[in-house]
Order: sequence, then C-alpha cells, then structure tokens
Amino acid sequence: MANNDTLINQARRSFFGKVAAATGMAVAPGVVLYQVAQAKPAAMAVTDKVRWGILINTTKCADGCDACVTACENEYGWGPESEPHSAPNQRAQWIRKVKLTDKATGHVQTLPLMCQHCEIPPCVDVCPTGASMKRVDGIVLVDKHICIGCRYCMMACPYKARSFVHEDLTDQNVNAPRGKGTVESCTLCVQRVDNGGTPACVEACNAENHNAMFFGDLNDPESDISRELAKNGGEEIRADLGLNTGVRYQGL
Amino acid sequence: MSLRQVSQKLVMVAAGLFLALPLYAGDVPSPVLPKAKAKANEEFGCVEPVTEMRKNHMKFILHQRDDTMRQGIRTSKYSLAECINCHVVPNENGSYARYGDDNHFCSTCHTYAAVNIDCFGCHRDTPEAATPGKALTGKSSPHPNDVVFNQHSSLAQETDKPLPAGGAE
Repeated sequence: MANNDTLINQARRSFFGKVAAATGMAVAPGVVLYQVAQAKPAAMAVTDKVRWGILINTTKCADGCDACVTACENEYGWGPESEPHSAPNQRAQWIRKVKLTDKATGHVQTLPLMCQHCEIPPCVDVCPTGASMKRVDGIVLVDKHICIGCRYCMMACPYKARSFVHEDLTDQNVNAPRGKGTVESCTLCVQRVDNGGTPACVEACNAENHNAMFFGDLNDPESDISRELAKNGGEEIRADLGLNTGVRYQGL
Repeated sequence: MSLRQVSQKLVMVAAGLFLALPLYAGDVPSPVLPKAKAKANEEFGCVEPVTEMRKNHMKFILHQRDDTMRQGIRTSKYSLAECINCHVVPNENGSYARYGDDNHFCSTCHTYAAVNIDCFGCHRDTPEAATPGKALTGKSSPHPNDVVFNQHSSLAQETDKPLPAGGAE
C-alpha cells in the first residue's frame, strides 16, 4: 500500500512540477516565481513543494576530519558529556564518520552517515504511536511528546541512524529538547531550515573548506544540489531498499 | 426521627464540611509567583489575560507543540521557550531555580495544585541565556538528585564506591 501511495505521489509531484514550470514561464521571461527559496514566515506551515536533501561528495570528505560530527554535537548537546554514565556505543549519536577500506586495493574513503531522510522511511512504518514521522517537506523526525521509547524504529532503520537516550538530561539546547526514554536522530537541523538556514554539519564542512556537502531543495531543479545531482549524479546507500533517501552520496 | 429530619441533618453536616474546607486549605500558603521579566502585552501583561492563562496555558502550549513539531510553525507567542525566557528569572545571586524548586515559576503553582508534568524531562527549565551552548558540567550534572538519594539509601551507600580510574562502566 505504501508503494502505491508513493507512486501516486510521485506522479502528482511530477505533474505539479510541470504545471509550475509552465506557469513560471508564463509570468514573464526571466522572472521566476520563488515561492520556497526564501525563508518562510514563522506562522506558515511547511509545504510539500520542497524536499530537503543533502548531497555528500565522499572524494572531498577528508579522512580524520570530524567537523560535521563536532558541529552537530555542539549544536544539540549529545555526546560523552551529555550521557557520562553510558558506554560509548550506547550513547546517542546523531551523525558519525564511517571509513570504508577496499581490501583489494587499500583505497580508503570516509563519509558522514546520519538519518537519510527517506521518502519511504521504515522507522515511520513501524512506529506504534505515530511519533516517528515525516514532515511534508521530507524531514524525518521523532515527536518525543508521544514517543514511548519502544525502539522499533531503531531496529527498522537500515542506517543505524537512531539513538535512545538512557540518562536524565538538563540544560538542553533550547532548539534540541532531548530527554531520557525517547529515541532521537538527525533532524536535518529543522529549526535552522525553517528559518532559511543550512544544517550545522554542512556549514561546518564548508567552514573547513572541504565543501563536501551540499544542502538544498531536491524538488527545485535550479537549486545547487539539484544541478550537481543532474550533472554528476548521486547514489543512495542501500539503494536496493527503494527508500528514495534525501541524503545522497557521490564517489562511493 | 423522620426521613425528612434525617435528610435535613445530612444536608447540615455536608454544609458544615463544605464550609470547613477552606480552613484546611488555609494551612497551605498560596503560591507566590515570581514576577515576569517583561510585558508581552501592554493591556494585560501576558500573551493572554491572566485569568485565561491560569486556566488554559496548557492548552496553548499543547496546540503550539503540535503545530511546531508537525508543521514547522515557529511563532513565539505560545512557545514554551518564551514562557521560560520571560517567567523564569534569576534570584539575587544570579542563579536560576530549577523545575522542582519551590521558587521556579512553573513549580510554584504545580506544587500547590499537585500537578505532575514531564515537559522538563526534555525541555530546558531555564532561559536560553542561562547557560549558553552545552554546559553539562559541575552543578548542572544530569543527576542533580543523586546526592540526596545517596544520603538516604543504605543500599546506595554500600554500592556507591568510587570507580577505578578509566573504568567508565
């Protein structure tokens, strides 16, 4: 059933895309209607006209650099200091660096791995309370208000992107309410995106001059990320699962 | 005694009990609310009239919660963060009360009315500016109540041995 819905949605999406392109051209030559490129007003709900995504060029991702991970930690307060009593492999981790070594050639690649913001997220399928959810703009989130901490979503996620908080926390970042007994993961920096910003990891990568990460609207053919994808392509991790991830990789 | 007399007596007893109730309630001092930092509205102070806020603040916050979480509507009028920013004020020595302390804005009434909330399991109970960035060291340890627990539990005292260096588990 989920697949059927998706097919319909994709058909609708491409139809509306064509209509939008046609009307956009009809307004005036050289004038494009930007409905979504600017920051939305705070009182406006998000729309499905955009779909946020990140494109990661693994050939530019430097071995030994963890700027994206540190930026995320600082922004949201997860990490060893936040859960000092937990074992390292038990602590919440929103984004991690993964190192791939080709045994035959010894070729080493590194890449950041976080929530892939799937179009068909398995974590949402399995959630018994509706806490695991996808916003209409493609950002997959946990509504911790109704999360019961069952961790089905952690089991369902093929990317090991979700974590469970095991300890009482205080002094959370005002933008990152997190607490014991709930599951959490990368939010694609949803509060930054809603204010017209860029995720912290992408910002940190650019600040390090690695420029391995692009953030943008996958639905807008004129966005940097879409142009780059059109030009050089981008793979999904575990594309065989057909999840249509919002995070894409080049050079894998 | 006729049935009528019995019922009259019952009514009188009930009325007596009812009148006596405020006397018992008088034993508990009324909550004293810390003064807010600023006026959100010149006319009635808070974002809604005070009587309305006292009765329905939870509904405003709940509604805002779902709008923000599900639809990305990020107006500040009914946001919990703004409640905290304005209502939780530092005391004389510049430190902030935590939720659960008698003088924390939310605790004052919730203690009085015996209301349990879990907002602050995830949300911070002090204004944004109180601890910029992540500050989970020293006094703001994630287990502020451990000390109290250790003092009163013999089991805790027995098992509360210092860990060997490097033994994180």
